[in-house]
Amino acid sequence: MLKINDINVYYGNIHALKGVSLEIHPGEIVTLIGANGAGKSTLLKTISGLLKPKTGEILFEGEHVAGKVPQLIVKRGISHVPEGRRVFANMSVEENLELGAFLRKDKKAISEDFEKVYGLFPRLFERRRQLSGTLSGGEQQMLAMGRALMARPRLLLLDEPSMGLAPLLVKTIFRIIEEINQSGTTILLVEQNANMALSIASRAYVIETGKIVATGTAAELGQSDQIRQAYLGGH
Amino acid sequence: MEQLIQQLVNGISLGSIYALIALGYTMVYGIVKLINFAHGDVFMVGAFIGFYSITILDLGIFPALLISMAACALFGVLIERIAYKPLRNATRIAALITAIGVSLFIEYGTIYIRGAQPEAYPNGIVPLKSIEILGVKISGQSLLILAVSIFLMILLQFIVYKTKIGKAMRAVSHDQDAAKLMGINVNNTISATFAIGSALAGAAGVVFGIYYTKIEPLMGIIPGLKAFVAAVLGGIGIIPGAMAGGLLLGVIEALVSAAGFSLWRDGVAFVVLILILIFRPAGLFGKNVREKV
Ligand SMILES: Nc1ncnc2c1ncn2[C@@H]1O[C@H](COP(=O)(O)OP(=O)(O)O)[C@@H](O)[C@H]1O
Ligand SMILES: [Mg+2]
Repeated sequence: MLKINDINVYYGNIHALKGVSLEIHPGEIVTLIGANGAGKSTLLKTISGLLKPKTGEILFEGEHVAGKVPQLIVKRGISHVPEGRRVFANMSVEENLELGAFLRKDKKAISEDFEKVYGLFPRLFERRRQLSGTLSGGEQQMLAMGRALMARPRLLLLDEPSMGLAPLLVKTIFRIIEEINQSGTTILLVEQNANMALSIASRAYVIETGKIVATGTAAELGQSDQIRQAYLGGH
Repeated sequence: MEQLIQQLVNGISLGSIYALIALGYTMVYGIVKLINFAHGDVFMVGAFIGFYSITILDLGIFPALLISMAACALFGVLIERIAYKPLRNATRIAALITAIGVSLFIEYGTIYIRGAQPEAYPNGIVPLKSIEILGVKISGQSLLILAVSIFLMILLQFIVYKTKIGKAMRAVSHDQDAAKLMGINVNNTISATFAIGSALAGAAGVVFGIYYTKIEPLMGIIPGLKAFVAAVLGGIGIIPGAMAGGLLLGVIEALVSAAGFSLWRDGVAFVVLILILIFRPAGLFGKNVREKV
């Protein structure tokens, strides 16, 4: 579904992604784990078109999308839930969701998707008229995910959805991620919470200072001593 | 007492013109964080386009108003695309200096093209009669200004809060990258903002010409600066703030005149600016958050 071949991404002369390759098959949850500053967010931003790779290619469903503007990439079916949620705090929950469907014109299907998102996140329905800046961190995360789903993506990119949330909420969010996946959306999940991420993913990649250093099934990586030492608190 | 109310009416008329111009400042600032110092000159160009539409094309006020708004919208988009867009990632000071350059270019370009001599809007073109309420006479010109500005402000509210482009504008002004991830075309949204703000300035130019009669190529400087003060007074970047700031500034000026200090009228705006910057830098409608440095 998504195939990344040997991309290099720079910020000025900082070489942030060094020959990264990665592949995602339809229906999977793939997780990308790595320490702070390893390049996880950079990779997601490159997929969604916020950054352009200097070299390398990105194929989505067989089409070259590297360097394309975010607009085209959303339209093709990739939605990105950015790190830190980035909801439009000055707008209501409902308006945020409407913006998620910005490029769509199928009014009827859009209102179906409103129902779906409100079904997935009943809290958002209760607060639909509230300014999203007044929501709690967990609710803002739900809104950011709901907003991305309003574009009807086939591939959903999630950047640290559990960041800063209480353990109970983290569980809820991960359960919902599984639900979204079961209803047919492929997922690339970036996490620092590697334990949780490996528990729902089918495969995983490990990134260190801009390079992929390990890959395998979630079960394999969860067993690997090296990975456990570095990312799972060494238990 | 009647004198006072009369001055209030004058203040509100003048204030609506400030408000119309201030809206463009505030919308542009909200979306690209640039004080567009050429905005007062778009207002001037609007006044001239209205003037020529009425005198040369022999059009009525409302067609002239529409032509001026449309032409200014286009002009505003061109200014942004040619002068500001290439500097979008440059330092703020570079953009600000460019804006001052664009302003001078428009002023002296206009003088180069048509000369520096003033023109006078023809009399008797306002289709509204003056009315008298409780002994206060409200001129047809005042009524026209009020009607046009109230209509445009309601229309603007509708565009900004109810339409897709308005929602895109608010999204881009809040977070450009997040807006891009929604599939919003940031460049087009910025262009639309310049178009709308400039159209309002064009309308302000025409009603200004009708109210004060005299127009000339440097007429945009003082109203432009005062509208900027009005935008800061209301809270730069905040649309209702620009409306309230404009009206308030017009009323303050009229009251200062009424109190017998008409020579101080132009100065008072800047006293207001200094006071607001000292006591409430985020403006009347702004949240007072300390800027992170
Ligand atoms: N806008 C930027 N400008 C310069 N360097 C950046 C920028 N964003 C990220 N970086 C650098 O790129 C590297 C990868 O960052 P990032 O992708 O955000 O890491 P992660 O998401 O894994 O924490 C880091 O060294 C970071 O300092
Ligand atoms: Mg990150």
